[in-house]
Amino acid sequence: MEYLSIVFQEVYKILFLLVPVLVSVAMIVWLDRRVWAFVQKRQGPNVVGPFGLLQSLADALKYIFKEIIIPSSSNKVIFILAPIVTMTLALIAWAVIPFSATQVLADINVGILYLFAVSSLGVYGIIMGGWASNSKYPFLGAIRSAAQMVSYEVSIGVIIINVLLCVGSLNLNDIVIAQQNMWFVIPLFPMFVIFFISALAETNRPPFDLPEAEAELVAGYQTEYSGMMYAMFWLGEYANILLMCAMGAILFLGGWMSPIDVYPFTLVPGAFWLILKILILFILFALVKAIVPRYRYDQLMRLGWKIFLPFSLIWVVLTASYLFYFNLLPVN
Amino acid sequence: MIAHAIFFYTFSIIAVVSAIMVTASKNTVHSVFFLILDFISISCLFIMIGAEFLGMIMLIVYVGAVAVLFLFVVMMLNVAQQKNQWFAGQSTSKHIPVGLIISTLIFFEIIIVIGGWKYKPEIFDINNSLANTSVSNTHSLGQILYTDYIHVFQISGMILLVAMIGAIVLTFRQRSGVKRQSYIKQISRERAEGVEVLEVQSNKGVKIDD
Repeated sequence: MEYLSIVFQEVYKILFLLVPVLVSVAMIVWLDRRVWAFVQKRQGPNVVGPFGLLQSLADALKYIFKEIIIPSSSNKVIFILAPIVTMTLALIAWAVIPFSATQVLADINVGILYLFAVSSLGVYGIIMGGWASNSKYPFLGAIRSAAQMVSYEVSIGVIIINVLLCVGSLNLNDIVIAQQNMWFVIPLFPMFVIFFISALAETNRPPFDLPEAEAELVAGYQTEYSGMMYAMFWLGEYANILLMCAMGAILFLGGWMSPIDVYPFTLVPGAFWLILKILILFILFALVKAIVPRYRYDQLMRLGWKIFLPFSLIWVVLTASYLFYFNLLPVN
Repeated sequence: MIAHAIFFYTFSIIAVVSAIMVTASKNTVHSVFFLILDFISISCLFIMIGAEFLGMIMLIVYVGAVAVLFLFVVMMLNVAQQKNQWFAGQSTSKHIPVGLIISTLIFFEIIIVIGGWKYKPEIFDINNSLANTSVSNTHSLGQILYTDYIHVFQISGMILLVAMIGAIVLTFRQRSGVKRQSYIKQISRERAEGVEVLEVQSNKGVKIDD
């Protein structure tokens, strides 16, 4: 009986986290389309509900009632598993995101490694979907995205090492608290820029949306998907984008910390500040989508391996030597 | 404790079954997926004994990078396999003796490990393991790896570097006659050198050099 109540408590906590995440994913799709439209002097979705806020719900309803078509020559188990994997991985990562010093589902020791691991697993949904479709365009899209995500993961990993050098802990709450005096975006500004660009590539956002480049690959790995399975890919993708924004906010923008550490601001709950920072980063993502044209594939690889990786490695050496020389290394 | 046991047996059964399926399944891509499942369940086991850093690194390195490359290669193989069946059916296999030698070696290694468990039980005592100390797994690993074993650590890094350079040298080939795109050249082109206005005489044409 005692076990059961603990389980119920945990399930309640998980639902309390996941339902807002899913709703905000729907809202974020609307925001993405609105920002994109405003940059191009269009209106964007503005018909369903106030300001078109319910557009995503209408879309979701449409997807639910569409028929799911499974290609007859596909590998059925993997074909069905792929969107589930994408969606699950995008959602389980939220378990370690701290919304305030105490509001975190799982305050684990290796939080940032967990986030990194889950985001690097995200490539499987895409590869599985592309391969199981047994069709040329999805396969090409999957191979492209595998190479792209593996490449940019490396530089994200090195950037995380940069931050960890300054913190001395892998716990996400410790990372946030270490930024009490100064957000890491100030001393590590070049790393923040590289993180932002790598996050764009990692989540297959424009200008790095080559896995689904519609002009050449129809829709890439999701060409053969329809109905709810397509919607799950799409939800997972946006949940991943939100997650990357959250990761950026925690690593560089002080997480749930208020921007000014004075009385009236500290009263505001930490979740508000974190969500605000995530939103600001997401609007930047949306602006990039509207402004920048798509990269050529060879230049994408060149940027990842020949520019970002050496630069962030050099920055690791610099950070380490600076901290060591001025005896600032965090010791506990 | 019961919950702990349930999770342990679940993960270990998944690990063993998927390890068997890696070799048993006919489809090579399925084998790789089972291998990934195996890696994931083993990293869960690592986390359960308190080695959370090892578990996460296992996930990042093996599942996130190595297995992706595996999958990459195997999928390419599969495309070729549909054309020529060399991969699937070779009746006279030369791999069996080599496989036998390797499996005997692994068998004796397992015997040694289990023998150690039998004759020196204090090595495997739970009180000696990292789980009960106040220092977190990451810290204790770092403290050992960068002090007592620094030379071994550096040498293994060097070996990896040499292997990487070797692989690059082996696969690198300079192709002649290929027009390369120079990034700097493309950006730094000026109008003066890119565009030229010519007076074209009728019936003569213009010679364009490239």
